[in-house]
Amino acid sequence: MWNKIKHYWQLLWHPSIHFSLGFLTIGGFIAGIIFWGGFNTAMEFTNTETFCIGCHEMRDNVYNELQNTIHFSNRSGVRAKCSDCHVPHDWTDKIARKMQASKEVWGKLFGTINTREKFLNKRRELAEHEWARLKANDSLECRNCHNFDYMDFTAQSQRAAQQHSTALASGEKTCIDCHKGIAHELPDMSGVEGW
Amino acid sequence: MNKKRLLFPALLLIAIAVFAEESITTLRPNQAITEEAEPPSMANVVNTDIRQERNYPMQPPVIPHKIRNYQVDLNTNKCMSCHSRERTQASQAPMVSVTHFMDRDGNFRAEISPRRYFCLQCHVTQTDSPPMGKNQFKDMYEVIETNKN
Repeated sequence: MWNKIKHYWQLLWHPSIHFSLGFLTIGGFIAGIIFWGGFNTAMEFTNTETFCIGCHEMRDNVYNELQNTIHFSNRSGVRAKCSDCHVPHDWTDKIARKMQASKEVWGKLFGTINTREKFLNKRRELAEHEWARLKANDSLECRNCHNFDYMDFTAQSQRAAQQHSTALASGEKTCIDCHKGIAHELPDMSGVEGW
Repeated sequence: MNKKRLLFPALLLIAIAVFAEESITTLRPNQAITEEAEPPSMANVVNTDIRQERNYPMQPPVIPHKIRNYQVDLNTNKCMSCHSRERTQASQAPMVSVTHFMDRDGNFRAEISPRRYFCLQCHVTQTDSPPMGKNQFKDMYEVIETNKN
């Protein structure tokens, strides 16, 4: 066994006998493009709404609730899909989140939230994960669309302008501190700050 | 005898029917039952944040802002995240009145009474739509003034 591994290891460091340099370099380059592109395409597919609501856990619970909210149905027709809020847009952060999501595959396989009751019982825990994530990255996924620098306070209601120009502007609060439950229903909120 | 007894109620019924036909406006006025009416456009919720005058002292104040997707259920009460006693300093929203802390025996409790929990039972938003019918409500001072003369 050990000899076999040694054999292949040494083979890697020898010049090729059967294949030309051109085949190896150009072929390697093309194969690289295909693999890299394929990898990213596959990963992009896991960011689509069709993929997310392919499972009944998402379709019947969170997706169903999203449909009534302003992030789904509104006057201007701009709308957020699951990954816009739940997956970072930057590549490295995205990979990190995708690795975390392997836990969700586990949950799917073992039916952690495969009934409405199980989902409702687990909702507080799941929500807390998302609140913690958005709190930690200063509501990055909100800010991908809602840029503070371009907010026109005069176009906001008095109440909104008041809060955004003070608490948000000073960095004392971040989006998720006040805007919990804007896209999905809330769990039992007892003990959550501000509720 | 029996016929006479029946006559009066029958006449009354006919009179009511004739009267009702003239006076009752349905939700589909002058609209043939076979045709579909053009629905009026959806009204916008008033979002001025300016407190509205009450028409009488006991009137539940109306909500001067949007409340779309505000969750009020077993899990949480979104209204109370601004209007509860503990939150008013941060939010600068008016606190729910003390009557909301009373149970049905008139005792004051620490928490909002369950019978006052569902805000929208009494407090509602306003829209910018024109009133559907003529409103003949008179402010009590107006009533006093008219009765003086």
